[in-house]
Amino acid sequence: MTDSNNVVWLGAPSFPDAAREALADTQLRTNLRKATGTIRDKRLAVTAELDDWEQLRTAGKALKRRTLRHLDHHLVRLEEAVTKAGGQVHWAADAAEANRIVTALVKATGQTEVVKVKSMVTQEIALNEALAEEGVSAYETDLAELIVQLGDDRPSHILVPAIHRNRAEIRDIFRREMGKWGRPAPEGLTDRPRDLAEAARLHLREKFLRAKVAVSGANFAAADTGTVGVVESEGNGRMCLTLPETLITVMGIEKVLPSFEDLEVFLQLLPRSSTGERMNPYTSMWTGTTEGDGPQDFHLVLLDNGRTATLKDTVGRQALACIRCSACLNVCPVYERTGGHAYGSVYPGPIGAVLTPQLVGVEHAESLPFASTLCGACYDACPVKINIPEVLVHLRAEVVEAKRAKGRVPTPEALVMKAAASVLSSPVKLSAVQRLAHPAARLVSRRGTIGNLPGPLGRWTRTRDTAVPPKESLRAWWRRTRGGREGSK
Amino acid sequence: MTTRDTVLGRIRAALADVPASEGPDDVPVPRDYRRSHAEPDAVAQFAARVADYRATVTRTTDADARVTVAARLAARGLRTLVVPDGFPAGLLPEGGGWTVLRDEPPLSVAELDAAEGVLTTAALGIAVTGTIVLDAGPGQGRRALTLLPDYHLCVVREDQIAGDVPEALGRVDARAPLTWISGPSATSDIELDRVEGVHGPRTLDVIVVGGE
Repeated sequence: MTDSNNVVWLGAPSFPDAAREALADTQLRTNLRKATGTIRDKRLAVTAELDDWEQLRTAGKALKRRTLRHLDHHLVRLEEAVTKAGGQVHWAADAAEANRIVTALVKATGQTEVVKVKSMVTQEIALNEALAEEGVSAYETDLAELIVQLGDDRPSHILVPAIHRNRAEIRDIFRREMGKWGRPAPEGLTDRPRDLAEAARLHLREKFLRAKVAVSGANFAAADTGTVGVVESEGNGRMCLTLPETLITVMGIEKVLPSFEDLEVFLQLLPRSSTGERMNPYTSMWTGTTEGDGPQDFHLVLLDNGRTATLKDTVGRQALACIRCSACLNVCPVYERTGGHAYGSVYPGPIGAVLTPQLVGVEHAESLPFASTLCGACYDACPVKINIPEVLVHLRAEVVEAKRAKGRVPTPEALVMKAAASVLSSPVKLSAVQRLAHPAARLVSRRGTIGNLPGPLGRWTRTRDTAVPPKESLRAWWRRTRGGREGSK
Repeated sequence: MTTRDTVLGRIRAALADVPASEGPDDVPVPRDYRRSHAEPDAVAQFAARVADYRATVTRTTDADARVTVAARLAARGLRTLVVPDGFPAGLLPEGGGWTVLRDEPPLSVAELDAAEGVLTTAALGIAVTGTIVLDAGPGQGRRALTLLPDYHLCVVREDQIAGDVPEALGRVDARAPLTWISGPSATSDIELDRVEGVHGPRTLDVIVVGGE
């Protein structure tokens, strides 16, 4: 499932194919509409409380720019600070190397199980699968990730990964699977969210209490102090970060921040953009190790895995500023209808459409830059002002260029565009086409819309309905109603 | 060549467009955002914002603090209560129906899991976000103490309440293990229905002490 560049799931159905299936799933669309609408409203309410929200966004963007333009400097400082505080720093060029490092660290403890805090980066490198191959069981402890793991499923949203599941499905998964992983679901488990959360609490608590090794991601790390932080809601993060003897944190190199003080911007931007709360219930920050409190062995794995290649692109590098809040998913009309699975990547939605092709190379994800209407809602929502439409357009050009370089035959789009250019440049041709359009369209329309067309237009129309053109064009209407009367104002 | 050299080398090559004369601090960061969004009465705002998370908030005076603590604990009907070192003796009620557990020598995770509640102070509070910040200082204990028992009663003094996040960050020691708590443990992972209490304490009680 991991491709040559080690970001999981690519090579799954391309976006248009996966999207068509998702669009036919009415349950999924209902769940998504409710979820994205709810989070959107909450986010708008709490961001409106801060009258300097735009200044905070600008500062967030500038801080990320400051970090990325001197990334080497900040990483070296972070390494020094973490080491000085009693932690160990490891560097990984790609997913395989990161997985090898983590596996070796786990094995050195003599343990065969680890508890995990929800993290995008360990999904990106398929760490759980890599550990399983070496005989280590990795238990996801975030409720949604637990649902996904027990259901042998994939996350579909950055913040609420199991949003595609309803309560009855979750109850069935718990009843069927919990016993295979540990404490079984209680007898007579209902589908009330409170009961389901309680079942998860009981199931996971025995794992927390015996866990000796934990694996987490990081929301940020301050280069000046070496402080690493994780934000969460449930307390499973605190369990993993506090109770085990060994803590292994995997962090993308772009997550470093120049200073601890910079958190004053991100701890305001992140919770409000993400869950629509003024602050998430729990934020844990630790600096190396503390005697008598928490893990006594701390390892920080700094991961590249396509990030330096992304950094090289002066337009595309802004995607590395992403703080994984998922605000762009919740405002995206494409995501709201297709859900996260259609993107075929751990990073779905608008940010996934720009981040994934850059991390793996556009040639491995060439449909993703087109999985957008370019409406710009994601840019407006982004707390660090990533100009996602700009990067999408930039990557589209790269995809076209890559196809052209491969010497493929002209695409249907190219042929259509060429024909359109010829028609639009000639008034005579245009009115001839317009005269023919209505009768022709009526032949293929149903209830006023044109659906699936055969032939070269098939790929365009398969996922789009078009309105039937009006009987009369504007130009014809103008001639009929105002013809010869221009002078009689 | 180590992976460290490889990755740092790739970063430097990728940043060829950054002029050599530009230093890390030369990239400007406009800091014209507000230092605080707190209301004039930050203490009242703190109490209201903590309560917004469905935590219980009680305001009391120095003179009544001990009685208030006793009343909150009695209302829970606790049998075992963890009290970290350094918790002010004057605030700890005597008697009551509970057994006080001290973390010296350190309690095992099983003992902590079996304990029904924990009573702590805090390093500070944040008015705008309704957050209490623990830094493992006196009266707060190590992090596991406020995590495993199902009930957390936290005493915050009015003069510990910071207006907003920037001020709070300026007042803590980054090198201490920090836990920021905003309401009880919560999840919205099932159909976005909010449920309090998944893994952390299901109930958070805050007592704000000060004034007349």
